[in-house]
Amino acid sequence: MNESLKQYFFRIGDSNLIIGQRLAEWCSKGPTLEEDVALTNISLDNFGQARILFSHIAELENNGKTEDDFAFRRNEREFYNALITERPNGHFGDTIARSFLFDTFQLHFYTELCKSKNEFLAGFAEKSLKEVKYHFRHTGEWIVRLGDGTEESKEKIQESINDLWDFTGDMFATDDNIDALTKEGIAPDYTLIYQKWKNTVNEVLKRATLTVPEDAYMQKGSLDGRHSEYLGHLLGDMQYLQRSYPDAKW
Amino acid sequence: MSEDNQGQVWEVFVQAKPGLAHKHVGNVQAMGKEMALQNARDMYVRRKEGISIWVVQFENIIASSPEEAGAFFDPMDDKAYRQATYYEMPEGSKHI
Amino acid sequence: MKEQELFEHKIENEIKIEPKDWMPENYRKHLQRQMSQHAHSEIIGMQPEGNWILRAPSLRAKVILLAKVQDEAGHGQYLYSAAETLGKTRDIYIEELQSGKAKYSSIFNYPTLSWADMGAVGWLVDGAAIVNQVSLQRTSYGPYARAMVKICKEESFHQRQGYEIMAHMAQGTPEQKEMAQDAMNRFWWPSIMMFGPHDGESPRSGNAMKWKIKRETNDDLRQQFVDKTIGQAELIGLTIPDPDLKWNEERGSYDFGTMDWDEFWSVVNGNGPCNKQRIEHHISAHENGSWVRKAANAYAEKHG
Repeated sequence: MNESLKQYFFRIGDSNLIIGQRLAEWCSKGPTLEEDVALTNISLDNFGQARILFSHIAELENNGKTEDDFAFRRNEREFYNALITERPNGHFGDTIARSFLFDTFQLHFYTELCKSKNEFLAGFAEKSLKEVKYHFRHTGEWIVRLGDGTEESKEKIQESINDLWDFTGDMFATDDNIDALTKEGIAPDYTLIYQKWKNTVNEVLKRATLTVPEDAYMQKGSLDGRHSEYLGHLLGDMQYLQRSYPDAKW
Repeated sequence: MSEDNQGQVWEVFVQAKPGLAHKHVGNVQAMGKEMALQNARDMYVRRKEGISIWVVQFENIIASSPEEAGAFFDPMDDKAYRQATYYEMPEGSKHI
Repeated sequence: MKEQELFEHKIENEIKIEPKDWMPENYRKHLQRQMSQHAHSEIIGMQPEGNWILRAPSLRAKVILLAKVQDEAGHGQYLYSAAETLGKTRDIYIEELQSGKAKYSSIFNYPTLSWADMGAVGWLVDGAAIVNQVSLQRTSYGPYARAMVKICKEESFHQRQGYEIMAHMAQGTPEQKEMAQDAMNRFWWPSIMMFGPHDGESPRSGNAMKWKIKRETNDDLRQQFVDKTIGQAELIGLTIPDPDLKWNEERGSYDFGTMDWDEFWSVVNGNGPCNKQRIEHHISAHENGSWVRKAANAYAEKHG
């Protein structure tokens, strides 16, 4: 298949896979029973989106590889997920901040991707957008509650957002490959998505009586497969069985 | 009331299909109405059980009590004339 | 009719008891204990399976397991909500779990050591639970019975997913077969002990049967489970770790060996491999969530 498209599918699929795995870590640890289920519902949606992309690649390549080969047999340097998705869960506020910043990105990204000239991507975006609208509503409402809740929660969530801020730029990063896809009308315009993202984040943080951090240095590297140390450990867990028993079928 | 508890109890009603009434399916605990609605969605329609949800805070429901059951419901026992089957129709009548 | 007579009349005639109805204090207490224990078991039961979600060997297996563990949270929630109709809040039930006053099913105090354990837990542990829950759909307390109906409907996929994992592994590589048999060996006896002590030695069984909270005895339920599981094990080539197991033509059922009740009581009383770990996990999640619950309550107070 077209390598540049494949790369782009990994970019979208990997972010979903990794944040899905992170959210799954919350299972049995939520602040309430209902929230436990809510977080893993989002996780299930993320895994579902990753699977659609991975199986589509497998189908196009048609060389016997499956979605699982892409999830379990690639190394760290072959993953293209946005850096923010691999950040550790931390406390509930850290997780909500990470999800909110990413969900807001996905909300606007999928809205634009619906217009893609690539029919598969447009259809995928339309289906995923429905899921992400709910994710955004859920995490956005939590931002507001934690921001406008107690003194303690306000302090905590503001710090979570500040800490994650320098990983937000990487979600909008492009390279020659993506720029070319944008020119062809396959990928959306990332500067436009960034503007919309910024507006929405500003609105929600304002409602939450929180402060929008100043833009400073932004971390980058995920488009080249350069990640934080955290990703390797996440993959170590995730890939353990497939790596230990390469001949086994599950 | 920045208390550490599970919030209030909200009763959940789900409409399975257009045209059907909302049916009581259970309850959730939540802090406030928006969270109640979201929790109901996450707890009760994971299998596509519905297309519309109502949540009502439990303390807003007024219920009759078993002690009043006699006064509330027994008087209806002798009013069979409210039922269609009460009436004798001439033999052979149709569509009525 | 007097209250007590009316209550007994209802029990006798299979009319469900509802939350606002008069009920004997011991009936209420028995239900509070049994239903909360049932709810706690669902919640604590999330942990041994949750132990493998991150390491599930395929994306399909991962989403299935995650959805299943979520269902358990849901079932815990249904049961707490049914138990709350007896006049205690979920907060109080949770406190009783964490202080050790309330129990949960001992089976969850065993560790899950390999992926095959996900098979064993789904197939044997959920399988045993389902036998019990099907029977409880006819329990005399309305909210409990209704919760059971809902739970049984949703649980139907749980046992099948476990059996599917076991079947795959029992027919897989030699290492997979070994894991499958090992899981079977470790989970068989604890699973059949999930039904509780023999009826003669179960202190509260009498009242529970009389009040139709329980509809079948521990030993009857256990026998049903054994009878239906043995064929399933044979079909996929697994051996039941019980040399005394044999078909009894006369009874039309399997005879099986003696259960190790010393171990059972030892685990119930806190000496299982994971008792401390399970409760500490629950307490730590609860404590870590405290500031979040406070914030959400404070927000709701301000804005509804």
